[in-house]
Amino acid sequence: MNLIILSWNYIRSKPLNTLLNMLLMALGIAIILVLILLSSQLEENLNKNKRGVDLVVGAKGSPLQLILANVYHIDFPTGNIKLEEARALTRNRLIAGAIPLALGDNYRGFRIVGTNHEYVQLYEGSLTSGQLWKRNMESVIGANVAERLNLKPGDTFFGAHGLSVADMEHEERPYKIVGVLGRNNSVLDNLILTNIESVWAVHEHEEEHEHSEHADEPELGSAYESGLPEGDEDAEITSMLLKFRSPMGAVTLPRMINSNTNMQAASPAFETQRLFSLLGIGVELLRSFAYIIIIIAGLSIFISLYNALKDRKYDLAIMRSLGASKTKLFVHVILEGVIITVLGGALGFVLGHGLTEFLAGLYEKSEAMGLTGLVFVKQEWWVVVISIGIGLLASVIPAVNAYKTDISDVLAKE
Amino acid sequence: MIIINDLAFGYASHKVLSIPQLQVEEGKHLLILGASGSGKTTLLHILGGLLAPQEGTVRIGQTDLYRLSGAQRDKYRGQNIGLIFQKAHLISALSVQDNLLLAQYLAGMAQDRGRVKEVLTSLGLADKLYKKVKALSQGEQQRVTIARALLNRPRVILADEPTASLDDTNAHKVIDLLKSQAEQNNASLLIATHDQRVKDQFELQLNLATL
Ligand SMILES: Nc1ncnc2c1ncn2[C@@H]1O[C@H](COP(=O)(O)OP(=O)(O)O)[C@@H](O)[C@H]1O
Ligand SMILES: [Mg+2]
Repeated sequence: MNLIILSWNYIRSKPLNTLLNMLLMALGIAIILVLILLSSQLEENLNKNKRGVDLVVGAKGSPLQLILANVYHIDFPTGNIKLEEARALTRNRLIAGAIPLALGDNYRGFRIVGTNHEYVQLYEGSLTSGQLWKRNMESVIGANVAERLNLKPGDTFFGAHGLSVADMEHEERPYKIVGVLGRNNSVLDNLILTNIESVWAVHEHEEEHEHSEHADEPELGSAYESGLPEGDEDAEITSMLLKFRSPMGAVTLPRMINSNTNMQAASPAFETQRLFSLLGIGVELLRSFAYIIIIIAGLSIFISLYNALKDRKYDLAIMRSLGASKTKLFVHVILEGVIITVLGGALGFVLGHGLTEFLAGLYEKSEAMGLTGLVFVKQEWWVVVISIGIGLLASVIPAVNAYKTDISDVLAKE
Repeated sequence: MIIINDLAFGYASHKVLSIPQLQVEEGKHLLILGASGSGKTTLLHILGGLLAPQEGTVRIGQTDLYRLSGAQRDKYRGQNIGLIFQKAHLISALSVQDNLLLAQYLAGMAQDRGRVKEVLTSLGLADKLYKKVKALSQGEQQRVTIARALLNRPRVILADEPTASLDDTNAHKVIDLLKSQAEQNNASLLIATHDQRVKDQFELQLNLATL
């Protein structure tokens, strides 16, 4: 027997009441946890994948969409830009580096990205097997692609037009896998990389069937390591990821591109910031709602303790007559509040993680976004603090009453 | 040995108790008689360290009860004084055994299941060890409170109207039980009652008159 067991026995003696209080507490904590988990993972993911990219240049349209499509590979591209116009831009002396991207196809939901080797370096990707692409129709796949589709170097596959699974396949020209990248929790994990000419070739093929004989020969791609590929005047790419030579670039380049060219420039830093402030309103609302539930839980625990102690003043007096000090009774009542809230918090913890995992399972892009309920983030320690804090707050007045119990008076009034 | 000197207690409206001198030797028993409202409960509470007198001293052996700090007095009471009230107050959230273990725990004594069983057995309650308090009859509950009062081998047992709600046979049985248990534990037994039926069972008696 000790105070914890004693308090626990009292809690157990009114299971319905305890359950209600615990559920209220758990609900509030769970909502907060879902918010913490989702937003911290989202933020981490968004920040990680935009590093090294100062500006994205693509077709005119929504700047946020441009970023989401070309940096995070979750939205659809805004369209295409002329290769020559892009090439002209790279000659600007404020630009230190430019990585071209050609999107448009997928294989079983994994995006095929035409680019050069600098894209792999940008995300510090490294091969676990094989090598990077050199010739047309050679491809390198990310770790998740290899794992999910059980692919390895030497395998071939047909790309499908569009960016989602259901689209039609380009049956004629197969991609050949030449390398697999190791997992590094960047966008690379979920991409299929090839050179831009391969992406063109697949599409050309569809439009101009008559040229098919020479397109099938494996030829060395141009600019597969860096820079922009050779192409005719109609050639198009989807976007370019730019790196500035100096901070001056951030000041003049976006305005120059947006007003003087047919292209659009968008800053990942600015757009993700905007996205967060948009999401932020919803998150704040939900968070306030969760705190209100937690406060109600605290109040409910306070009321039940307060009422219960009215019936228990004989018990308390008896405990005093058995040798318990005032302080012991104080702790006994405090413990009761804290045990309920901590149990509620623990239940909320399980619920919150379960719910996050469930939500992540519902959303097809969650793997690409690195969303899961099965991780622990540092902010979650607040849950422990909040639980104990609410328990203390809810039980302090009843505990003071217990402390002040006039034993003689209570016992004389039997 | 219990020694009272120049004891006085009263409420704002009226005086309740005034005892110049009272002494109960080690292992001796005392019956405190008096009409309802004469101050019997008040006296027991003062003796039990539950209610501080306005004047005078209460000593048990070498210990001056009201010179101890509050927490010290609580501990002293838990270890040396067994209290039995008219109504059986047990902690209904706990089993019989846990009620007794709680008494050991709160008094700061080692928790000894053997001792718990021993005391319950001597009161014919061995089979009630794991029962919930609510599953016991009124009489059984009262015997559990007696067991609880005896558990820590107190030097003094204070019982307030232990026979008030009992019929003649049971009233005598309970008094005999208390006396024999007190003697087994070498404790002084002080019973406050207005029940004239138990008068003959005590040599030493204190009559409280309504002041
Ligand atoms: N809290 C109190 N405030 C005022 N008077 C009280 C209080 N408690 C008891 N009394 C009075 O003190 C007297 C003694 O009470 P008590 O010791 O309970 O008597 P007994 O136990 O002999 O019936 C009674 O007159 C009672 O009304
Ligand atoms: Mg009385």
